Amino acid sequence: MGMTVTEKIIAAHAGRERVLPGELVEVTVDVMLANDITAPLAIKEIEKRGIATVHDPQKIVLVADHNTPARDIPSAENVKLMREFAKKHGIPHFFEGGQVGIEHVLLPELGLVVPGDLVIGADSHTCTYGALGAFATGMGSTDIAAAWVLGKTWLRVPESLKFVFSGKRRPFVTGKDLILFVIGEIGVDGARYCAMEFEGPVISELSMDERFTMTNMAIEAGAKNGIIAPDEKTLKYVRETGTPRQPRIFTSDPDAEWQKVFTVDVSQIEPQVAFPHLPSNTRSVYGIPRIEIDQVVIGSCTNGRIEDLRMAAAVLRGRKVHPRVRLLVFPGSPKVLRQAEEEGLIRVFLEAGGVIAPPSCGPCLGGHLGVLASFERCASTTNRNFVGRMGHETSEVYLVNPYIAASSAVAGYITAPDKL
Amino acid sequence: MIRGRAVVFRDNVDTDVIIPARYLTSTDPKELAKHCMEGLDPNFPNRITPGETILVAGKNFGCGSSREHAPLAIKGCGVVAVIAASFARIFFRNAINIGLPILESEEAASRIREGDTVAVDLATGEIRNETTGEVFKAQPFPPFLQEIIASGGLMNLVEKRVKANS
Repeated sequence: MGMTVTEKIIAAHAGRERVLPGELVEVTVDVMLANDITAPLAIKEIEKRGIATVHDPQKIVLVADHNTPARDIPSAENVKLMREFAKKHGIPHFFEGGQVGIEHVLLPELGLVVPGDLVIGADSHTCTYGALGAFATGMGSTDIAAAWVLGKTWLRVPESLKFVFSGKRRPFVTGKDLILFVIGEIGVDGARYCAMEFEGPVISELSMDERFTMTNMAIEAGAKNGIIAPDEKTLKYVRETGTPRQPRIFTSDPDAEWQKVFTVDVSQIEPQVAFPHLPSNTRSVYGIPRIEIDQVVIGSCTNGRIEDLRMAAAVLRGRKVHPRVRLLVFPGSPKVLRQAEEEGLIRVFLEAGGVIAPPSCGPCLGGHLGVLASFERCASTTNRNFVGRMGHETSEVYLVNPYIAASSAVAGYITAPDKL
Repeated sequence: MIRGRAVVFRDNVDTDVIIPARYLTSTDPKELAKHCMEGLDPNFPNRITPGETILVAGKNFGCGSSREHAPLAIKGCGVVAVIAASFARIFFRNAINIGLPILESEEAASRIREGDTVAVDLATGEIRNETTGEVFKAQPFPPFLQEIIASGGLMNLVEKRVKANS
């Protein structure tokens, strides 16, 4: 019996020939990430115990991307704690200020994650790096603290679910719509504890940016990790980062064992809208009632990459945002911001009446920059629409792709570009 | 043996309602506890008796963020255990790592009612509804997870390992 790509990466890091779903194994870790919300808890755990050394500072990545530039004194103190911890332990990968981007946009861009890596992060969307053919999963602060000290963690080998995408995509259907459609089909716990592997001719056609969007949202189906086996596109992307690290290519064997195989004919999928208050409450944008909105957010670790901004700008070029609507654009990283500026996209957003925010997580989690008031509604390219996610408990978030977000900003209600 | 009165919640209780992100600049369980479940039930503090409450919920409890502040807030309220039909995996790890006792039982989650007195035995996985006399069986944890719980959390074990090596 063969193995899946997820099983192969875990086996390689457990020093084993093979592993089986359900087994508990101890693995060495290549990258251990935390941010300004989760790192302080981990740092305090280590410091209060007087543990003086970390296993390998090169493998630790600290990104101050959630409440920065500092929202208040406590968030400033949290970043200071990270900065001092990085200095004390000689951690080279600490990002703040003009160096900071959203962790899951930043790490792949900088070549800090390569195919075949085993990555853990104190952020649930760490699963994003599966698009590079890495095993990447989210954990909490204590797990990360333990791994910083030991260089290892424990894992239960997940069962694998395979999703095969074929057919021809309709206009304005993006990677975001494919993953929202799947979550709508299987539910927010449909892949709980499992690996979601995406493959098929449509996945091969997808750009890296769209693949990141898909693996990013695997956690929204409860998955441990999302993964796409590396291909030429992946290797080209990784080469262009200039990383000195060597990729290791793992792919699933033809006789690998799958808990379930899903086939998705994308020809049937229209652009999706996930209604409040679960990412699984999906409907076609063409079949919804008129939902007036107060805010549009374009950005996040789901859709804050350059192609996302290009999609939005393609709709907004020469148009104006509806007078009632606030359009907030959050480039995912300094590189994305620079590129958007060079391509004239920033100018398009400004001329349309949008606000450009610094690369950060921003309003996605309702803490900083663009928080919603009571009963306000937002069309957002982010990944979660739970109760109170973006602000007041009575506010509502509708999850969409960048095309739909942009056209909704113009119309003042949720709609597709071809209906403007 | 842990004993408490049940406070019952629905399926898919996510980390954003357990502790909204705007409070995450704190890492103090007592401070976090003030806002626990704020998004779901503003009356939650009145339903809790510290040291005598067991939280019971449906499937996928703790879905969403990796924020460990969520189990810390629950523990900070004085909740002594959580029983759910199923847990989201990051929440499951976090709860064990910080020493918040949790048990997974679909049957117990569907049968226990608000206000029932419930007793749980973590070593055997037995859940007893003392109000109705019903007994349910949760899967006991594998030995190494029991070791983490018995040590009072993961970092106590890590500390032991570090000191043994130095």
